[in-house]
Amino acid sequence: MRAVITVIGKDTVGIMAKVSGVCADSHANVIEVTQSVLQDMFAMIMLIDIDKLNCEFSALSDKLDSLGNSLGLSIHTMHEDIFNSMHRI
Amino acid sequence: MLNARDILETITMIQDENLDIRTITMGISLLDCIDSDIDIACQKVYDKITHCAKDLVKVGEDIEKEYGVPIINKRISVTPIAIISAASKGDPVKFALTLEKAAIACGVNFIGGYSALVQKGFSAGDKELILSIPEALAVTDHVCSSVNIGSTKTGINLDACKLMGEIVKQTSERTADRDCIGSAKLVVFCNAPEDNPFMAGAFHGVGEPDCIINVGVSGPGVVRAALAKAPDADITEIADIIKKIAFKITRMGQLVGVEASRRLGVPFGIVDLSLAPTPAVGDSVAYILEEIGLEKCGAHGTTATLALLNDAVKKGGVMASSKVGGLSGAFIPVTEDAGMIDAARCGSLSLDKLEAMTAVCSVGLDMVVVPGDITPETIAAIIADEAAIGMVNFKTTAVRLIPAIGKNIGDELEFGGLLGNGPVMKINYHSPAKFINRGGQIPAPLQSLKN
Repeated sequence: MRAVITVIGKDTVGIMAKVSGVCADSHANVIEVTQSVLQDMFAMIMLIDIDKLNCEFSALSDKLDSLGNSLGLSIHTMHEDIFNSMHRI
Repeated sequence: MLNARDILETITMIQDENLDIRTITMGISLLDCIDSDIDIACQKVYDKITHCAKDLVKVGEDIEKEYGVPIINKRISVTPIAIISAASKGDPVKFALTLEKAAIACGVNFIGGYSALVQKGFSAGDKELILSIPEALAVTDHVCSSVNIGSTKTGINLDACKLMGEIVKQTSERTADRDCIGSAKLVVFCNAPEDNPFMAGAFHGVGEPDCIINVGVSGPGVVRAALAKAPDADITEIADIIKKIAFKITRMGQLVGVEASRRLGVPFGIVDLSLAPTPAVGDSVAYILEEIGLEKCGAHGTTATLALLNDAVKKGGVMASSKVGGLSGAFIPVTEDAGMIDAARCGSLSLDKLEAMTAVCSVGLDMVVVPGDITPETIAAIIADEAAIGMVNFKTTAVRLIPAIGKNIGDELEFGGLLGNGPVMKINYHSPAKFINRGGQIPAPLQSLKN
């Protein structure tokens, strides 16, 4: 199973490191990353594998939420099924 | 493969355009709780509800977190209580208090099913239950009540219309100190669906399985935002845009419904293909009609645009879900929709126009605040008019009027939360009393020679 993390906000040093750090702590494997910086706005979409998580998925989502709050970024962690069902027949 | 545009579109819908799952409603049959002793019956009802729905709220919250989709309400609907209370005799309000206790124990927002089905006449228990509605809704906060007084197959029970006119008024009077909130929890139906997940009209029909999960989706804000991106599209394209968005919204409902049913070990019932507004700015069905090209909701053209919207929502949604049911369509509850409230305040939206709108959309005269000096006969006649539209057009119609006791045109009621607020609307004061007092049954309409 996979999940999608999206990070949007003002660019600062180490956003990617911090987000992937939280993933690594929870044993979530990062599969794919697309990232762009437009002027000073940072936007990243990260696809992670959540089969081997060492915690509940909701706990990972909470951790990323609080990371987002502390960095002033908007971070969403969502199961990939929501995108597949909305955009694929 | 996922692409970035799809991902961002979904997130924008949820973050900026108020896309949400309006409700996961668990339908629970209480037929096996019938007992000749009312206290034993109440205990059985409490035990069954709290057993079936013990994980409902938690599962809802887990899904919300995992998929990142807000699930606003977790609710329960039960077998119409008149059927259960008929065997027990005694005061039906005991069942209302039991439902209230069970709702609080399960942590749900509302519990529906303090209901009676009297489209062809009253059976044992029906009248007692209906007469107890004002008391039941005054002493509880979570219980919702509905009464079905007509159907296409049976016609309209005018005696029941008359009775409901009095009951609606009394319910308001009993809760006059709380902005008449009682009547906001009471719906009078024609052709009531048995699998409706939306309150206040939800009940669990007798043809339904023992326990089931129904889902209602929402998303007027998403439809409006999509239309705003096509300012010069012709009306055919508008219908297509709405269909595509309705498809996406409904897919989300289907996913959540299937997932909730799997986790709870309860069969998946239906997705209600709905556009349910909230008082939040941007989450309004009226604004969609205005986006299509009306200066204000209620203007001439409102019925046509609403018909298009309602039809396109169903066409888009029906392919997205394996099982569709409930009320399915665009809702127009006045006090729950920022655009409708505006339109009613400025005088653009009248009760008569609302009535015309109900002929082409889901439900009916919903959350309409009327002057406190309205007579029970006038309420009954409004119910009869609305039921006639449903009966003849083979569709569900409903009336949820709130007589604002002690208030008049220019005043407003404030319910708070999803129920919103709204101005008192003008009514016609010419008396329909003679018609209503005739009583009897309006015969079922002919199904051929349609003109």
